[in-house]
Amino acid sequence: MRKHSVKSAAIVGASLLVLAACGSNKTEGGGNTGGSCDTSKGTLTVGVVAPLSGNLSALGLGIKQSAELAVDEANKKCTVPGYKLTVSAQDDEANPAKGAQAATKLSTDPNVVGVVGTLNSSVAQTVQPILRDKKIPQVSPANTNPSLTRGNDFLTAPKRQFDNYFRVCTTDDLQGPYAANYLVEKAGKKNIAIITDGKTYGEGLAAELSKQVAKKGGKIVGSEKVGEKDTDFSGVISKIKALNPDAVYYGGEYPVAGPLSKQMASAGLNVPLMGGDGIFDPKFVELGGKEGDLATSVGAPTESLATAKAFVEAYKAKFGKEDYAAYGAFSYDAANAIIGGLAKTVEGGAWDDSKRDAMLTNVGAYSGSGATGEVKFDQYGDSTNKVLTVYSVTSGKWKDVQTGEFTG
Amino acid sequence: MSVLLQQLANGVVQGALIALIALGYTMVYGIIQLINFAHGEVFMVASYGGLATFTLLPEDLQKSPAVALPLMFVGGIVVAVVVAVIMERFAYRPLRNAPRLAPLITALGVSVFLQEAVRVFYPNAKSNLPYPKVFPEGNLTLGPVNVSWTGVLLVGLSIGLAVILQTYINKSRMGRAMRATAQDPDTAKLMGVNPNRVIVLTFVFGAVLAGVAGIMYGGYLNNINIDMGFQTGIFAFTAAVLGGVGSIRGAVIGAFIIGLIKTVAGQYMPGGTQYDYVWIFVVLILVLVFRPQGLFGEPERVRA
Repeated sequence: MRKHSVKSAAIVGASLLVLAACGSNKTEGGGNTGGSCDTSKGTLTVGVVAPLSGNLSALGLGIKQSAELAVDEANKKCTVPGYKLTVSAQDDEANPAKGAQAATKLSTDPNVVGVVGTLNSSVAQTVQPILRDKKIPQVSPANTNPSLTRGNDFLTAPKRQFDNYFRVCTTDDLQGPYAANYLVEKAGKKNIAIITDGKTYGEGLAAELSKQVAKKGGKIVGSEKVGEKDTDFSGVISKIKALNPDAVYYGGEYPVAGPLSKQMASAGLNVPLMGGDGIFDPKFVELGGKEGDLATSVGAPTESLATAKAFVEAYKAKFGKEDYAAYGAFSYDAANAIIGGLAKTVEGGAWDDSKRDAMLTNVGAYSGSGATGEVKFDQYGDSTNKVLTVYSVTSGKWKDVQTGEFTG
Repeated sequence: MSVLLQQLANGVVQGALIALIALGYTMVYGIIQLINFAHGEVFMVASYGGLATFTLLPEDLQKSPAVALPLMFVGGIVVAVVVAVIMERFAYRPLRNAPRLAPLITALGVSVFLQEAVRVFYPNAKSNLPYPKVFPEGNLTLGPVNVSWTGVLLVGLSIGLAVILQTYINKSRMGRAMRATAQDPDTAKLMGVNPNRVIVLTFVFGAVLAGVAGIMYGGYLNNINIDMGFQTGIFAFTAAVLGGVGSIRGAVIGAFIIGLIKTVAGQYMPGGTQYDYVWIFVVLILVLVFRPQGLFGEPERVRA
């Protein structure tokens, strides 16, 4: 019955479109958005590269759907005159090699004007150069490794790495120290053991944390690595336990961090586990994260931001659930930065390949008020929004305990 | 000292899990000279089977571990056995007389097939799934050593089942038929042994052990994912090779050696836990250089 009525509605809609089409002389690109925007110049695509399957898919799907929401809204509001926008989401499985394939696929499509992604800093490293060669702007909602924008000497000699790469979240050279300050000063944890998964993100984050812990008078008692696919951490835990840490800092993501926290507790190592934005997900608790575990994440808590309210409501209306995950609001802002840059680029003209340089400039100069606050990029492509939040697991849920900027 | 003892205990628990799976590799190889690379996936499927059984139970039964846990074992083992029997019947039996490479490649194919099938068809299997908390809570503390009761149970089951299996193969009539088929399937047939029955039974035994391992893995580590079969399978395969493929005793001892090297080398060797896998394979290579047939294996016989 329902199917039937949808069908008849579609037929009615289609006939209306045909009638409307008789009036105008060009209908290329189809007006099937149902809106009243002029889409006579065709369709342009916003690419998304994120892990849509695998362990990190909860984060990846939040990124994809939030980008879709931004594109949908732009289509309704006729943000880019003359064009209909679509999203092409590619799965990178959190794997740099797969990310390169996804980026290559998007970069060979002449209609792709920009890419939202990636989730993982390690994947960004392979995606950046591929998109740069085609002058496609990449705006990441989640890459926090500082070297992606400022090179390996990001503290002493920062140098712009890719003129097509931007990000709307802050970086680990602030996130790591911010976590260190909280651990040493607020929580009074002086002896900290570090475990990492050996990937770009976790290593970088843990290195930044270590420096600040030492500066604040704390001590790194030991440092261990686990494999990304390891599941039995009893060896690592026994080793760490013998060093009597007050807290364990994990540089990596929740699929390992959750079970690790649980196994720590059952091995009798009852200290909090802390991590970065990579463990800030409800799945962390589901997989074994315990009460009192800590995480820092980029931006202010989405639920508490006035600017995020509209995003959360629109997301809920479109997808039914609030599963935008840790980076949804950032992805929404990233997509809007691309759409905003595009609108400026095609203003009064049409899109073609010669516009790509202008597109990069316009995305870089984008400024707007988004779901995560002010969205703007500095001379390296980094976000000017440096807000970070510390969360703690309280009655089975992440709860924010402190929001602010790293001040040294 | 207390750290060493704790790491030894951790190694024994890890070894116990690997041993349960390694037995399946070694038995199948012993009978039909097939490295059944899909065996790790049988273990994975069993784990999901157990989880599915738990999910399907009515709520009041879910809350009573004494009922739920045995039912999960039954569910997991049944799934593992069904998968293994189907696999043997339709993937390996038609290739029984093909060159050895053909069933080997088929095994790899079956492995990928099972992994993807679970990923696509099991709800939410795209990411880690938490395992139900129906296992004994708490730890066994012996001086400085701390092992969870689930770990103790795992070691007990592993050694117990290995001893039962060894006795069965050495003492029973069916066990004698298995050994006969392993030595020479054609002559065994002339003596009235039905090789198809023997081979299916070998797969069933392997699957039962993998089923037990699958459930215990979930209980011990609280999480399962579709990669677990591959990861653990590689270790189990290595254990079987180390101990000598085809030897029951070798597989079990090889598994414990691997568990112990992993934890002890992670503690004391340079590079720490980052390099624990390296030492496992260094030992494997050294053993194979000096004893290519493995610790307890027989030198390869030339078959007519």
